[in-house]
Amino acid sequence: MGKIKRISSPFSEKEIISLKAGEMVLLSGIILTARDQAHKRIFELIAKGEALPLDLQGQTIYYCGPTPPGNRVIGSCGPTTSGRMDPFTPEILAMGVKALIGKGRRSEDVLQAIKKEKASYFVAPAGAGAYLQKKVISSKVLCFRDLGPEAIYELEVKDFPLVVGIDAKGKDIYSRLK
Amino acid sequence: MTRKIQGTKIKETVKRLCVVSGTVLRDDIYRALKASYSAEKSGSRAKEMLKVLLDNADIAKKDGLPICQDTGMVAVFVDIGQDVVVEGGYIKEMINEGVKDAYREADFRKSVVKDPILRKNTGTNAPSVIHFDIVKGDKISISIMPKGFGAENKSKIKMFNPTVSPLEIVEFCVDVVKDAGPDACPPYILGIGFGGTMEDAALMAKKALLQPVDIKSKHKHLAELAEAIKGKANDLEIGVMGLGGGSTVLGVNVAAGPTHIAGLPVAVNVSCHALRGASAII
Repeated sequence: MGKIKRISSPFSEKEIISLKAGEMVLLSGIILTARDQAHKRIFELIAKGEALPLDLQGQTIYYCGPTPPGNRVIGSCGPTTSGRMDPFTPEILAMGVKALIGKGRRSEDVLQAIKKEKASYFVAPAGAGAYLQKKVISSKVLCFRDLGPEAIYELEVKDFPLVVGIDAKGKDIYSRLK
Repeated sequence: MTRKIQGTKIKETVKRLCVVSGTVLRDDIYRALKASYSAEKSGSRAKEMLKVLLDNADIAKKDGLPICQDTGMVAVFVDIGQDVVVEGGYIKEMINEGVKDAYREADFRKSVVKDPILRKNTGTNAPSVIHFDIVKGDKISISIMPKGFGAENKSKIKMFNPTVSPLEIVEFCVDVVKDAGPDACPPYILGIGFGGTMEDAALMAKKALLQPVDIKSKHKHLAELAEAIKGKANDLEIGVMGLGGGSTVLGVNVAAGPTHIAGLPVAVNVSCHALRGASAII
């Protein structure tokens, strides 16, 4: 893909602020998967006043439910539709999450929260789970194992290809498609 | 006159079709993605991403990995010759056993919940949604379509008045694509069903996706509608991953059936670019 900017997660504030919507980047480092049921579980625990089994501060969340690993590190692992997580996302960002990875558009509330918290939303190549599988170095279940593919996995990725979807200034590549 | 077919044969066939469809992208779709790749401007993000999709299909086939992690809920289309007798098992159970075996052994994701409200995963990806038809002859034809829900969620149906203009129909179908936007893995393939009753239109729409995307309808008026929808949808310039460019819709497959004097159902089934499927005749 020619000369592409390389970035690493967890992010420094300086790095987040330097990203521009529409830019292609290669991400290396640690990301946490969480999709519908993991979000629901986090909010149920908070509602009950219970402690979360993970620290979200500074983390990157990837909306993904991989296929079973078999004898590999992980199975196919592309992004799922981000919009379904919109109702949860402003609070997730308020808890300290710095970056989100998924596919598709986000709500205005999410965009404003990204701006307020100086965070970032990335889109990953959608429907390319086998390709992205090759970019994952290690994988382990962090919590909510009972949720199966919807458990929270900690992934270490290397050169995971992304496009900056919404940057910390609130610029959105999909504003023309809303 | 009757021909006996063993239930285990049906089970094995369904299993094989599930594994193949989940890991080997349909030839027609691969060709269409390749054509889109060639058509996009060199150096554009859209071209880069189409390359990723082609590489993805190559990796999936070579390594036996799922093309997409959403290995879908399986729709099974079964045409049973009326001279066939199935022995050694109930056909519906045999089909679902085949799905279970495939999803377990090929390490596909199990994405089916037993109840839409309670949402407990069955853990097997069964049951599948099975559409039976009785046809002439002594064979069983089985087509498998595992479909992810990112795209299924964007599908729509509308019951039009019979006096609706072709332009209004085109606009409705294009609006479905606009609503899907970049969310459901464009470039899309649309299956569109015109006519019948409400459920018939929806079924025709999905079945239309079984047809190759590079084949036009034999009926001129339907081919023209499909062409108009494809043209206007591509004018939206959503593009692969919503990054712009001309690859918004790879194909529009249409089907039509008799309907009532008072109505014109139009169902649009949206498929992502990873339109998967496989067929066999027993």
